Amino acid sequence: MKFSRIIANSGEWLSGDGPNRQIVVSSRVRLARNIRNKPFPGWAKKAERLEVMGLVKTAVEALPEMEESYSEPLESLSPLEKQVLVERHLISREHAAKAVGSAVVTNARQSLSVMINEEDHLRMQAICCGLQLGNVFDMINRVDSELESSLDFAFDSHLGYLTACPSNVGTGMRASAMLHLPALVMSDQINKIINSVNKIGLAVRGLHGEGTEAMGNLFQVSNQTTLGETEEEIIGRLNRVIEQIIEHEQNARALLSQRKPVTLHDQIGRAYGILCHAFSMSSKEALNLLSVIKLGIDLDVFPEAHRFPVDELFIETQPAHLQKGAQVQKMSSEERDTLRATIIRAKLNQMPGPDMTRLKISVPTATSKQ
Amino acid sequence: MQCDVCHAKEATVFLTQIVDGKMQKVNLCESCSKEKGVNDPTGFALADLLLGIGDSQQIEKNPASVKCPVCGFTQADFKKTGRLGCSHCYTVFDDGIAPMLKNMHKGTAHTGKTPAKFHMTRQRGEKLKSLQDNLSKAVAAEEFEKAAELRDQIRLLEAEPV
Repeated sequence: MKFSRIIANSGEWLSGDGPNRQIVVSSRVRLARNIRNKPFPGWAKKAERLEVMGLVKTAVEALPEMEESYSEPLESLSPLEKQVLVERHLISREHAAKAVGSAVVTNARQSLSVMINEEDHLRMQAICCGLQLGNVFDMINRVDSELESSLDFAFDSHLGYLTACPSNVGTGMRASAMLHLPALVMSDQINKIINSVNKIGLAVRGLHGEGTEAMGNLFQVSNQTTLGETEEEIIGRLNRVIEQIIEHEQNARALLSQRKPVTLHDQIGRAYGILCHAFSMSSKEALNLLSVIKLGIDLDVFPEAHRFPVDELFIETQPAHLQKGAQVQKMSSEERDTLRATIIRAKLNQMPGPDMTRLKISVPTATSKQ
Repeated sequence: MQCDVCHAKEATVFLTQIVDGKMQKVNLCESCSKEKGVNDPTGFALADLLLGIGDSQQIEKNPASVKCPVCGFTQADFKKTGRLGCSHCYTVFDDGIAPMLKNMHKGTAHTGKTPAKFHMTRQRGEKLKSLQDNLSKAVAAEEFEKAAELRDQIRLLEAEPV
């Protein structure tokens, strides 16, 4: 499959449906695996990396799940193409920095991707729409079990799966959910939530994982530890925390619409106004404003039919997608900002202005303590 | 008080986090706290920071001359990268890694998924061991008929391809 075909279709996690999808954008589970007694990618010499890549790539391509897949060594991708894959969450930023001896394999639906020779020999992930970590784990677990028969994974009866970094040892699993929390940000409660989530040993990160800034009110919640608990226990713990965050966000939304309808009206109206009439826009500003529009759709202020086009803009307005779409190799950031504003105006052209009389007012649930 | 990261400047930022009922404290100077993103709560988790600091200190329990026979990795390399060389390094540097894992994770032993292949070898090993135990018991009790039966079972199991 060609790169252009991957580009043409958005991933299934963006267009699909899933539980709690208004707040939970996507659920993701990744497993780290290594081949026994082969040097880890960061320590291996070029020839050793190529050997492992050949071995793993063949095994991964043979999977029934990868029947229709896109498979490419990283050195044959341009920096721009790599960035597109990063923006789609198919590879990590760390993986994009690699070249000879690393590869990526993803299925056509973009629900499954395997990074070869990232920090570990294999980093495989499954991603789905909404909150369904259990299902996503089942998907990737099946792939792992299939690969087990053709690859000799480094496993220790006491320590579990052995990984390059000791922080991943054990299950080698990182489960995460991308949460859209505009009301918690607007009502200044987000730091409180982040702190308490950190306190119970889970991590909250920005849009593209470790060390990235939170933009568009999007936050990634994931497990921090991998040893001492089963996969199911980790996912169960994470699920319970995420369900609580969802409840807090819903309450914050209800409180805003009840007590501060003018503020809410003003924020949504301004976001709509700027997006529809701006001629230059940075990607950070775009994400932050689109987030408010997304909230407006959740609250019935905009028709539901516009949900998918708005969700698409979250991806399409990212720098690499913008540039790839324009078929230009080099673009200044001013040119990108102009193009971004043009694309947004064109897409929102069909969307009616906010109708605040339709604002959904729900009553905060009594069980939650603010 | 000195900064826990650079060990040079005076610490001005003091952090406390409770993980599993254990209190962990970190003291940082202003420039290290900025570098670690302490002022940006979204990108910061104390655990990350603790791990980052803990890594290089812990593995030093191994003598400097120890080298992984499979990949040639040494503890000095770990200090530099915070990553290990290959899966065998976990056996070679076990003394240093074990206490580090204890600080990092919820437990010290893996309780999750086991590869099917591994599962089978382990089951076989356990069965073999219990048969051998029974055999010694039978011999000690001079139940030779039972012992002969057990011996045959062991031979059968040992002859099976793995």
